[in-house]
Amino acid sequence: MLLAYTTSELTSIFTMQGFAGLSLFSVLLLMALGLAIIFGQMGVINMAHGEFMAAGAYTVYLCSTLTAKFAPSFQPYYFLFAIVAAFLVSGSLGWLVEWGLIRFLYKRPLDTLLATWGLSLILQQAFRSTFGAREVTPTLPDWLMGSFKPTESIDIPINGVFVMGLTLFITAVVLFYTFRTRAGLRMRATVQNRLMSSAVGINTKAVDRLTFAIGCGIAGVAGAAFTTIGSTGPDSGSRYIVDTFLVVVFGGTASLIGTMASAFGIAQTQSISEFFLQGTMGKVATLLAIVVILMIRPQGLFPSKVRRA
Amino acid sequence: MSSNTDYLLAIEDLTVSFDGFKAVDSLNLYLDQNELRVIIGPNGAGKTTVLDLICGKTHATSGSIKFRNREMLGLPEHTIVRAGIGRKFQTPSIYENLTVYENLEVSFPRGRGVFGALTFKTTAEVEERVQKVAEATFLQNYLHTEGAFLSHGQKQWLEIGMLLMQEPKIMMLDEPVAGMSPAEREQTAELLKSISVNRSILVIEHDMEFVSRIAKKVTVLHLGKILAEGGMDEIHSNQKVQDVYLGH
Amino acid sequence: MNTLAKRLFGGREGLIGNLILAIILVAVLPLTLDIFRLNLVGKYLTYAFVAVGLVLLWGNAGVLSLGQGVFFGLGGYCMAMFLKLEASDPVSTKIQSTPGIPDFMDWNQLTHLPAFWVPFKSFPFATFAVLVVPAVLAYILGAAMFKRRVGGVYFAVITQAIALILSLGIDGNQGVTGGRNGITDLRTLLGWDIRSTHGQYTLYFVSVALLFACIALSRWVLSSKMGRILNAMSEKEDRVRFSGYDVSNFKIFIFCLAAAISGIGGAMFVLQVGFISPSLVGIVPSIEMVIFAAVGGKRSLLGAVYGALLVNTGKSLFSETFPQLWLYAMGGLFILVVMLMPNGLAGLWADYAKPWLRGAKNRLMERPPTGDPAPAGTATETN
Repeated sequence: MLLAYTTSELTSIFTMQGFAGLSLFSVLLLMALGLAIIFGQMGVINMAHGEFMAAGAYTVYLCSTLTAKFAPSFQPYYFLFAIVAAFLVSGSLGWLVEWGLIRFLYKRPLDTLLATWGLSLILQQAFRSTFGAREVTPTLPDWLMGSFKPTESIDIPINGVFVMGLTLFITAVVLFYTFRTRAGLRMRATVQNRLMSSAVGINTKAVDRLTFAIGCGIAGVAGAAFTTIGSTGPDSGSRYIVDTFLVVVFGGTASLIGTMASAFGIAQTQSISEFFLQGTMGKVATLLAIVVILMIRPQGLFPSKVRRA
Repeated sequence: MSSNTDYLLAIEDLTVSFDGFKAVDSLNLYLDQNELRVIIGPNGAGKTTVLDLICGKTHATSGSIKFRNREMLGLPEHTIVRAGIGRKFQTPSIYENLTVYENLEVSFPRGRGVFGALTFKTTAEVEERVQKVAEATFLQNYLHTEGAFLSHGQKQWLEIGMLLMQEPKIMMLDEPVAGMSPAEREQTAELLKSISVNRSILVIEHDMEFVSRIAKKVTVLHLGKILAEGGMDEIHSNQKVQDVYLGH
Repeated sequence: MNTLAKRLFGGREGLIGNLILAIILVAVLPLTLDIFRLNLVGKYLTYAFVAVGLVLLWGNAGVLSLGQGVFFGLGGYCMAMFLKLEASDPVSTKIQSTPGIPDFMDWNQLTHLPAFWVPFKSFPFATFAVLVVPAVLAYILGAAMFKRRVGGVYFAVITQAIALILSLGIDGNQGVTGGRNGITDLRTLLGWDIRSTHGQYTLYFVSVALLFACIALSRWVLSSKMGRILNAMSEKEDRVRFSGYDVSNFKIFIFCLAAAISGIGGAMFVLQVGFISPSLVGIVPSIEMVIFAAVGGKRSLLGAVYGALLVNTGKSLFSETFPQLWLYAMGGLFILVVMLMPNGLAGLWADYAKPWLRGAKNRLMERPPTGDPAPAGTATETN
């Protein structure tokens, strides 16, 4: 199979698939970051996480249609505002969901799983009823279109580069927030020792709500990024949810670095194997590999070293 | 290697380190047959960790734990239990949804494999043992009460009873009288003395009065190492122990 | 009541419960419904097999699997392969380029039967496979994960991944598996027409009988010492380990048992509905099967049957009249069950209906009420 191609062809293929893989990596990483915060830090399994991503994507779509309708001259600039809007919309939705549902289920992870699955069904139907069952795409600004060609056979799409940049930015912000701010410190404290944190005056309930909302907000940004590489339908979120969970689990749920490494590895493996194996079998091969590795090493790539009593 | 075959439990050079921090540091501890040993020491001395290491809950970094001359280090928990080592946890760990009878019955050392569990029948032998253990642990009138409804002290006794059902050669008790009233402590002291007749018991405790009631030999742990070892009087008068733990 | 009967039915109360369900399934429904709707009920009952497996695995052992569709599907595909081969004899398929192989293989330009299909020409083998293939897969997965102490949500997520892998795998290999359309156009079982009215009635009753057999078997397992150990494990796994039990072996056993029962359901599904496709194997159907068990009461074997029947009946009623509302209702059902009815309908029965009935009976006989009912939420020994 591999031998059918010349070396230079192979290099081009790997590079192009590599870049295609980067777009997938970005979406996966953004989704996984949000989920890692929620699951890795709070132990909450949010099966509706994909729907928060879709909500972000739909927000961008809405911004696009509204701008086109009411302020067409604004068209080239709306996108960045739309990204912020996506964060806010998904984040607020997350805030609401934590208040209305999640906070009752903290000690029951399996139940949270089922309840959030129910939530995801409701949200999917809500999208379907509001936006229709067919997939939609926002009108992307011109500066995102096209690609640049460093060599004859390598074609690097600009939107891919943009999404990468956005992802790295968000990742940096998240790392900064978690490890360098007081708010992040409060979050980590609450996660590690809820009782003590509340005893020293941290409002753990507010911290939980905020943490969940931030995780969902990041998913919203993932959705915004996603609109540049694919169209959005009511079940777009559910397409990525299993992958996202695997990314988080594979990376070692306590480690954000692990999440990054895992997202990168998985995205690249899938992208490259998709080229050589037909259709969905690339995804199947990747999933199989992950599951097998997880069975051999269930704690993931970067397991937590702390002894949990 | 010195001969340690006479001892029931021989811990040698036991070390466990968590990311560089040595919770237990080259520990040597020897337990005789039918000995009742109490381990005391300040918090963080490594007492619970030693029990964790013996019963397999934590993996040691190096060293050896020989029980009846058989190496226990690295074996899975249930194998260690079946070899004859029983552990009682700090917070009472009983099955709240099952009755006292069922709690004890489940601990009977037969029918522990899948097939055995499917075909297990409660025979007269089992019933007798449950009855005897219930009496020994002051629970004979509570056989059909659900675990959740027992008092804290009774839960501790039930857990000791569950261990007794297994007929272990070594029983390890982690703070067995924590949270008990003085009357309950007296009863527990009697219970421990009676069951140590044909097995060895390792007890971790903080209550010095309780310790003096039951202990013949005491081991003092500090920073993962043995600080002192001996009878109650010796320990009480030991300057190092006073400085580190007993106060005065 | 003699011990064996007690262990198979769960005491007098269990026997009554079984009888009531038997009357409903064997007498009431066949007499009041036309064959079309009865066939639908038969289909829902095949889902109940999976729900029964989940009662064992999740309700009692505390292990949530979101991939039971895998085992249901494997059992179904094993049966479907046999039936398809029977329907693809050289005479019926003589217009194909390669007669004697299933039509979808012919369309995909295969010229001979793939090796793994060949044993399915034999009915005994196919029946054997229906039980063994799901159980073996469960054994492999279980051994790999339970021995390494992978449990809880990790396990649940991995079972989802397995469901996704299998459904994508089947989907993407149309030549060999029938692909997205699945294996269709199944006609006869050992020469006997499964599509005729007579055939459908017979298959319905066979399903019912097998379902009761599986329930009795499960009840037998749960009433043994193993049942108590499973319950203890779901509550305090460490304690069970320290009582000398190899917890992983018990989990593997119950996982395999649940898988085999689900496989039977899959096979009966294929016989009654006449086809199988990857849409029954993936994530969505697997999670739906969990809700059947949850609605009925995850600790109740009979409840699983009611749950499967009620939820599916609701689904078809809703989908006919208010298709848009159905997903809202289903989602709401998940949330409702988790938040308000953690022990499902069986729990409501035990906590509210039974005490009320007891009180009513006492009032009728003018006796003072006998003691307090069990506190709401305790695990009750329900059917």
